[in-house]
Amino acid sequence: MADASRIHPLAGRKVANPAVTLTPAEPAARLSLRARPDAVAALSKALGVKLPEMPKRSATSKSGGRAALWLGPDEWLVIDTAGGDPLADCAKVKALHSAVDISHRNTAILVEGKGAEATLSAGCPQDLSLTVFPVGACSRTILGKIEVVIWRTGETAFRVECWRSFSAYAFDFLEEAARDAPIAA
Amino acid sequence: MTAYRVSGRGRVDHDRPVRFTFNGKTFEGRKGDTLASALLANGVHLVGRSFKYHRPRGILSAGSEEPNALVGVSRGDGRAEPNTRATVLEIFDGLNTASQNHWPSLKRDVGAINDALYMLFSAGFYYKTFMWPKSFWNKVYEPFIRGAAGLGKSPSVPDPDTYASRYAHCDVLVVGSGPAGLAAATEAARSGASVMLVDEQAELGGSLLGEPGADINGRPISDWLEETKAALAAQENVTVLTRTTAIGYYHDNFLGLCQRLTDHLEKLPEGAPRERMWRVRARQVVLAQGAIERPLVFDGNDRPGVMLSGSARTFLNRYGVKAGNRAAVVTAHDSAWLAAFDLAEAGVKVAAIVDVRSNASDHLLKRAKALDIEVLSGWTVTGTGGRLRISSIRANPVSGSGKVGPARKIACDTLLMCGGWTPSVHLFSHTKGKLDWNEERQMFLPGAPTEETRCAGAGNGAFGLLEAMTEGASAGAGAATDAGFEAKASTYQVDGEVPCAGVGVKELPTDRSSSRARAFVDFQNDVTAKDIRLAVREGFLSIEHIKRYTTTGMATDQGKTSNMNGLAIASDAVKRPSPAVGLTTFRPPYTPTTFGAFAGYNRGDLFEVTRRTAIDSWAEENGAVFEPVSLWRRAWYFPRPGEDMHQAVARECKATRESLGMFDASTLGKIEIVGPDAAEFMNRMYTNAWTKLAPGRLRYGLLLGEDGFIRDDGVIGRLTADRFHVTTTTGGAARVLAMMEDYLQTEWPELKVWLTSTTEQWAVIALNGPNARKLIEPLVEGIDLSNEAFPHMSVAEGTICGVPTRLFRVSFTGELGFEVNVPARYGRSVWQALNEAGQKWGITPYGTQTMHVLRAEKGYIIVGQDTDGTLTPDDAGLAWAIGKTKPDFVGKRSLTRPDIIDPNRKQLVGLVTRDPKVVLEEGAQIVANPGQPTPMKMIGHVTSSYWSETLGRSIALAVVEGGRAREGQTVHVPMPDRTHAAAIAGMVFFDPDGKRLNA
Amino acid sequence: MLLIRCPYCAAERPEVEFVYAGEAHIARPSDPSALTDEQWKNHLFIRTNPRGAHFERWRHLHGCGRFFNAVRDTVTDKFAMTYRAGLPRPTASEIKEARP
Repeated sequence: MADASRIHPLAGRKVANPAVTLTPAEPAARLSLRARPDAVAALSKALGVKLPEMPKRSATSKSGGRAALWLGPDEWLVIDTAGGDPLADCAKVKALHSAVDISHRNTAILVEGKGAEATLSAGCPQDLSLTVFPVGACSRTILGKIEVVIWRTGETAFRVECWRSFSAYAFDFLEEAARDAPIAA
Repeated sequence: MTAYRVSGRGRVDHDRPVRFTFNGKTFEGRKGDTLASALLANGVHLVGRSFKYHRPRGILSAGSEEPNALVGVSRGDGRAEPNTRATVLEIFDGLNTASQNHWPSLKRDVGAINDALYMLFSAGFYYKTFMWPKSFWNKVYEPFIRGAAGLGKSPSVPDPDTYASRYAHCDVLVVGSGPAGLAAATEAARSGASVMLVDEQAELGGSLLGEPGADINGRPISDWLEETKAALAAQENVTVLTRTTAIGYYHDNFLGLCQRLTDHLEKLPEGAPRERMWRVRARQVVLAQGAIERPLVFDGNDRPGVMLSGSARTFLNRYGVKAGNRAAVVTAHDSAWLAAFDLAEAGVKVAAIVDVRSNASDHLLKRAKALDIEVLSGWTVTGTGGRLRISSIRANPVSGSGKVGPARKIACDTLLMCGGWTPSVHLFSHTKGKLDWNEERQMFLPGAPTEETRCAGAGNGAFGLLEAMTEGASAGAGAATDAGFEAKASTYQVDGEVPCAGVGVKELPTDRSSSRARAFVDFQNDVTAKDIRLAVREGFLSIEHIKRYTTTGMATDQGKTSNMNGLAIASDAVKRPSPAVGLTTFRPPYTPTTFGAFAGYNRGDLFEVTRRTAIDSWAEENGAVFEPVSLWRRAWYFPRPGEDMHQAVARECKATRESLGMFDASTLGKIEIVGPDAAEFMNRMYTNAWTKLAPGRLRYGLLLGEDGFIRDDGVIGRLTADRFHVTTTTGGAARVLAMMEDYLQTEWPELKVWLTSTTEQWAVIALNGPNARKLIEPLVEGIDLSNEAFPHMSVAEGTICGVPTRLFRVSFTGELGFEVNVPARYGRSVWQALNEAGQKWGITPYGTQTMHVLRAEKGYIIVGQDTDGTLTPDDAGLAWAIGKTKPDFVGKRSLTRPDIIDPNRKQLVGLVTRDPKVVLEEGAQIVANPGQPTPMKMIGHVTSSYWSETLGRSIALAVVEGGRAREGQTVHVPMPDRTHAAAIAGMVFFDPDGKRLNA
Repeated sequence: MLLIRCPYCAAERPEVEFVYAGEAHIARPSDPSALTDEQWKNHLFIRTNPRGAHFERWRHLHGCGRFFNAVRDTVTDKFAMTYRAGLPRPTASEIKEARP
């Protein structure tokens, strides 16, 4: 028999208006990485991304295909969109850490356009203005009734990560909020 | 042009007629009119009936404080709103409005009989009347109260509009755009701070919009206003929101702003939200809410045509509308004189200015004389004439000793009143900011703030234009400075301002019996001065009690026009000064706010999150009936055509026991525990012993709270020495992880272990039945599935259908079982592949109901169904799951507390009904002897109860006091039809030796 | 909605990201079995419930995930200060100094 196929939880969804587009992100490899400070250097080297040690910061690999997002003092979300295997890279590190594959736990929505910030502000209580939440900033926070990780990838571009069973809510919420973005952006 | 419209005057567009209807009749107004100004322009004062007495009521004010002029608005397509204030409702072509609270018509209302019976409806009427007999409650009193309750008609169809919501952040938020607010915003904006300026009206300006007289910085007010507005609009750091009400001021400078987007539009833009709720976090706030004019309290002060003097002035100067053609004025404050002068200059005959003070200023007297207005200083008003509109007033002189002289009748078609001005301190009060009583000015003023906030202008008692602007500029500069910007307050020059002063008064003196006077304090709730005095006589001395007993200040206007008069009268009656009587609490929202605006996006599918598994779509396509389990929706059962639930579940159970069933168990909580101290952590959290569990093996884990009661359970696999795969109940997933994090972070931070939720990483397919192994054998690679290599309670990693799997050999049914964990995005296609491959064994998808029955047949408990947070492991028959030699684990110490070891605690047991066909009700109570007198002693209750197709009879689990010692005894379960006898039994009804799951 | 300073994120964040977690500085005894029933009852159930400064635990659940401690006034609802889990109970003068 043929091998089982992979189904995106937001397959087929898309929203575009003059102010904002919502796009389900392509599949990615994701890792929940936990470690104490003494392991950060070794893990950074193995991953090819300098793990950020400041709140709300992210770092990206040279090629741009891999990023590490600071979520907590000993916690990073590693996202690889270039087909790499960050789990295998971490497995080579002897320093004490925990790497758990969450590629399928999370899914992401790309929110882009001049109304992107306004769209997210419909449900996120954090200040997402460029001065407070600059390009590269990231944070676990709230969107409407659910928990998300918001990562600003450009002046008018965000990646919103959430657990897969919450992604329909997240997309529905953003779709509803996007209707107000052209009016109030 | 109507008789009351002043051509060319005000800010309405006289070249843009607007046609609207009120009570079915078409009227013409001007673009820029409110419904109130347009009706007044047509000579219509009667706009509604009062709540209790159904008295005819007119337009009292020109702003959002309006208590009387509430109308229903309908736009078709289900768009209908009751209780809209005519004074803030902007008209447009085709607007359709109607008055409320009357039958059959506004002019002839049978409810007005209440007015004639007013002696019966005094303060506390409800409490005194609806007391006895008890039998009257259901049939007489309640229907009466329900019939009388509520204002306006509720919409009967779902609201077709949408409502937006937005968080925003700024350095300085300025509430109110009158002179103080504009000065504050200008100053803050100049500093470079991000500024939000909000005003509830359609255009900026506040009181300046109705103020013709003075010049600001050498420019006429209207020019200065335009220039200031343009300057603010040109700055990128400024956001101006009009038609936006700051409804509430919450902790840490968090304010709710409700912006009305479409109500004023003739054509509704496609898909546009009707309102937008802004949730603003401001570093600094400037409150410049202005002041509200106080009515005077005298007999007949509610007759249509009686209006606040400043409002009449606003109607004239802003809307170009005369409140009448022959006006009288009654006042305790100079500002009403200015209204009289403006009206007189616009051609209105002002019959008299009745001033309760005896010492009017010379400059006012001089101007009155020039305009040929009679002045009655030291007089009072003791009544009004007319039915649906005022036709005269009754004025009397008051001597120095307070004696009221003979009445004089003065004809008029409108009466302007002014009892002074009340600073609007509502938002300041929301923050629990202290209000200081100013004895000299007889008003409460904002005192020490509790938030980063400043009050400025009339809302802070600075009523003069220059005073307000100076204070505003200073507040704006101060706010910007405190927000980290450089700012210095500008100075303003104001010319032509008339200084105003006044005195505070209670009810006006009268020559008639005050007990018969209909002198209203709260217009909307029909509370009179007499009601307040009666409440005090009956022993209500605190203003909070007086408020609730009389209902003063409780209407939709929340006492905006009534609070201070009510307080003055109460303080006089109690014979204590106003500050000692106190002020009732102002609560959000400042003005009535739609439910839609509060709900925002939280409606329909967004009202509640519905979590779906990766396999959910297959279940839906295959006819599953769903049930909610915490936020998840889970397949409950899979009925075939013609089957009811009972038949479907019986078939699913039978197929699983006899051959093969499949079940979506993806919602089970999963936590990956990683680190060298993982086993030690598990030892401390769970009751069981983990050190010796070998990698590749599973163990049932039981989690207690520190109080010794069962919190959660689940099967836990050890993948490697330092990695555990923990499962939790569906509903307990988040709670268990939070509890583990709590212990790890705060009690045992030295442990080298990390926790990660993997609930959604894995889709979980449970396969149960004698043919389960045969199904997966050809599909699995990398795992030896033989009973010897992979016995019950094993876990291994390999692939299934070509995708990675963590395969568990485990059973929650008592049959040979496997739980196939695959990465979630493969869940559905693996499920389908298994379903196809299983057809030769008649594979049967089953839902949560069958899962419940099968596990109950085996006596497996469900935490949260068979436990309720008061069961210990021993109570639940799970004492075997306690690692006896462990020195400690969460909850262990509590297990030896005296009441925990009591042998008569409720224990979980099986229950077998004498009649095998009877399925007991879950939750039914259990008694030992059904013949005892009521109330009977209840010794337990049924926790789970099902029809077991396998056993051909009903089964149940129950908690019973000392239950295990009663095994074999008969107990009785009262149910609606009759009381059923049942025998207490063990909990395992099927295959007690576990031969099947070890097969 | 309160703003709460998370000592790990070193920033004020909106209240909805946090959950309350009971009174602070109640350490689990290292050997509960050594406690009398009375002592264990007190540990489990007895809390101070003061009017005024209250030492309490919060968790930045929808943020960095850390538990931390706070001093909050139960009358005004205002936070005087927050500090990392494991640090000692601040003194009255430290609280006074920290109060915004």
